[in-house]
Amino acid sequence: MRTLTLNRLLWICGALLAVLFAVVVLALKVGAVPISMTDLAWNLVRVIVGRDTQLSSEYGLIIFGLRLPRIVLGIFVGAALSVSGAGFQALLRNPLADPYVLGVSSGGSFGAILALIFLPYMPLVTPLAAFVAATATVAMVFFLGRRQGQLDNTTLLLAGVITNSFFSAVIIFLMTTLKGGEDRGMLYWLMGDLSTPLAASVRWMFAVGLIVGIGAIYTTAADLNLITMGEREAMHLGVDVTRVKLVVYVSASLLTGLAVSVSGAIGFVGLLVPHAMRLLFGSDYRVLIPTSAIGGAIAVVVADTLARKVVAPTELPVGAVLAIFGAPFFLYLLRRRLA
Amino acid sequence: MSGTENYVSIEVARGTEKQSAATVRLSVEQASYAYHSRGNTAPVFTLAATTFSARQREIVTILGPNASGKSTLLKLIAGALEPLSGRVELEGFETSRLDARTRAQRIAMVHQESQLLFPARAWEYVLQGRHPYGRMLRFETEEDVNIAENAMAQVGAKHLRDRWMHEISGGEKQRVILARALAQQPLLLLLDEPTLHLDIGAQVDLLERLRQLAAENRYTVVVVTHELSLAAEFADQVVLMHKGKCLRVGTPAEVYRRDLLEQVFEAPLDVDMGPEGRPRVHIRGAKPPG
Repeated sequence: MRTLTLNRLLWICGALLAVLFAVVVLALKVGAVPISMTDLAWNLVRVIVGRDTQLSSEYGLIIFGLRLPRIVLGIFVGAALSVSGAGFQALLRNPLADPYVLGVSSGGSFGAILALIFLPYMPLVTPLAAFVAATATVAMVFFLGRRQGQLDNTTLLLAGVITNSFFSAVIIFLMTTLKGGEDRGMLYWLMGDLSTPLAASVRWMFAVGLIVGIGAIYTTAADLNLITMGEREAMHLGVDVTRVKLVVYVSASLLTGLAVSVSGAIGFVGLLVPHAMRLLFGSDYRVLIPTSAIGGAIAVVVADTLARKVVAPTELPVGAVLAIFGAPFFLYLLRRRLA
Repeated sequence: MSGTENYVSIEVARGTEKQSAATVRLSVEQASYAYHSRGNTAPVFTLAATTFSARQREIVTILGPNASGKSTLLKLIAGALEPLSGRVELEGFETSRLDARTRAQRIAMVHQESQLLFPARAWEYVLQGRHPYGRMLRFETEEDVNIAENAMAQVGAKHLRDRWMHEISGGEKQRVILARALAQQPLLLLLDEPTLHLDIGAQVDLLERLRQLAAENRYTVVVVTHELSLAAEFADQVVLMHKGKCLRVGTPAEVYRRDLLEQVFEAPLDVDMGPEGRPRVHIRGAKPPG
């Protein structure tokens, strides 16, 4: 018996944070302007602890004015999407659940585009609309995914896939007919892309939303462990199943909505990362939530760096890179479950 | 039949320590329930007022065929449903009014196992029984671990500790599930058709263990089953259910009457008295050849 202790949890998270730091330094280095790794690491630490960088101003501008904001956006989006995926997996009792596969991401994108077209001068409305649309999409997929009053794993996934293609079609329709204040392009919304930096006005809201969303799901971590072993049993072990599911439902939708409003529908992070973390550290949600958050950040930053590097000087949408790894992994999990 | 509905069992004192078992622990008083499919339509199933009581160390069997109201009665006892009328009390507290955590500290329910979403080891599973005693993210204490270890030892599942739940046999799984219920340290242990997927050896093993646990840990045990012979062999008290009504409450010897059982189970049966006053039930089948 190796039970979870606070010490063990902190060690695991610390190790992952060190990996994240190394990945960030590497990502800062990749690009047209060469600069040494040690300089980068040293200056990054100075920026993190709140001091000025010692790099000359033009380097500093490229590294910390252009590359770092994109990396920070990747960290936020990765953390949000993979915690959201881990949450949906427990909520819908389906190990293949992921905001993108379930169609929640494209539903959220649809909400964000509507807000951008009809209320283009109110930047806070976009993430809010994405959140509301994501929440509605989860409810829709949930009801479509039931058979004879029971949530059916295969039907749920099919409902998600169809919802996804429906909203993708609507997005293409909207983008070609009514452009309005939206100029980010179709690929951005359908595949996900980190090339648009976070507007200063929504930065705080995004950070607060992320912390609240992940924090709320984390308070239910011990309950989620029981719910994944059976809802009826969880109830008899003192879990308020309805409350826990409501918290996870709203928080996971919030996280997905926030992420898609600033990066479009990036797929498979919520599937790849929680499963990788389960393989490494076990299925205990008290470990899974924080490790998924950090692991998601690592995955998206790595994928985005590849997206920038592989076909330089042009770049791929980060969602394409993740889908290349994510889709086969989804199939692997599906086949293993059917076996 | 009307005279038997409210029949209250006389005290069944089979145990040796009669004095400590003197007070009633579980009391079900005229408890009834009705399921409605929706709104104001007529109920699709009703459970007529049922009355019985049980002491500590006592094993009560709720016996009846499918759709006789056994599971509804068990849910009322567990506090998962609130009775339409009447009361279900555990040591003076109404079970449906207890908050979920307190209820889980006093009542443990053993279901047929559910599908696990992610693989878990037996010890992780048993440790979940400590959940009602923890707060939010609380990490398991050494005490929790000891209690879980003891629970596994008590059901003879110590050797299964590090095995995966999906790799052990049905009988072994049932023991681990029982160990989780013991880890809750309840007053009342409820089991819903615990022998359903077990072979006869595992069935007898489980029920003997229950008898031992009831004696050692002073549990009150309530078992829902349709297994006539097992109930006769292991129950102190039988609550006989038929079509949403409680027909009779009493010792197996009192309840196992041929006409009554034939009516309830709709099968030709023979009942004869075995040693120790335990009735035996046989199917009155086709005549032997020749």
